[in-house]
Amino acid sequence: MSADHHGPAAHLAARVRHVESLLERRGLIDAKELDQALATFLARASPANGARLVARAWLDERFRTRLLADANAALPELALSMGGGLQEQRLKVVENTERAHHVIVCTLCSCYPVALLGPSPTWYKSESYRSRVVREPRAVLREFGLVLDPAVEITVWDASAESRYMVLPRRPAGTDGLDEQALAALVTRNGLIGVAAV
Amino acid sequence: MPGDRVRTSRSDPPHHTRVPRYVRGAVGTVVEAHGSYPLPDDLVRGLPSEPQPVYTVRFPARALFGQGDHAVTVDVWESHLHPVEDRRKGNP
Repeated sequence: MSADHHGPAAHLAARVRHVESLLERRGLIDAKELDQALATFLARASPANGARLVARAWLDERFRTRLLADANAALPELALSMGGGLQEQRLKVVENTERAHHVIVCTLCSCYPVALLGPSPTWYKSESYRSRVVREPRAVLREFGLVLDPAVEITVWDASAESRYMVLPRRPAGTDGLDEQALAALVTRNGLIGVAAV
Repeated sequence: MPGDRVRTSRSDPPHHTRVPRYVRGAVGTVVEAHGSYPLPDDLVRGLPSEPQPVYTVRFPARALFGQGDHAVTVDVWESHLHPVEDRRKGNP
């Protein structure tokens, strides 16, 4: 596994900086504009976006079906997108059920649906999480405080290519009377990654 | 293509590859196609790369690690996948 800030990644970062400075020097881009674009993207990127999707899916069965079938097509219904970067990334939403639990990881680096979950937590990028969750997810989830019934089948989604993943957690019991906003407030970043129940 | 059994490439190249080490040579089942993308293994070496299909492949943990009751899905470029014709030949 390659670490985040060594080897090819560090080399690539240096190349990106070099290209960036060339583009600036030739007046093709404006450093301020670039910073602003990044700041705008990151200001919008938050786990609140993923939580809104989940709350809507819990309340609207047809939206849930559309989200699971083609997430990129469903996102604009909530004024969200997987764009923000240079190109739109494919998003796949995986649904937890009574029998099946999903958890996401990127074993090669740290791929993550930043637009919907915000910047990833440090542990998500740690070698320990990346190497262990594919081998012993039940033990890793237990360390996060999530103990699953042995009958629940766990699927670990390794985002090793161009797609990004998000988990649709199960709606907690006793939330029947809650509206969309109140439901969204229950959803945590860890729930969207699959290391928490919700 | 979903449902097809495939084996991932066993190659261990000296350069970057998007086949994680733990799935090399393992047999899994195609879940779905993602669309086509250039192969990063080529791009990082400055080689031309035509877009090629990427598939989500599901592996039982037992096939990867010899133990575990879970499954792992990995997204793999087509040129790193080989069809497995016979179920018996598919056992790694």
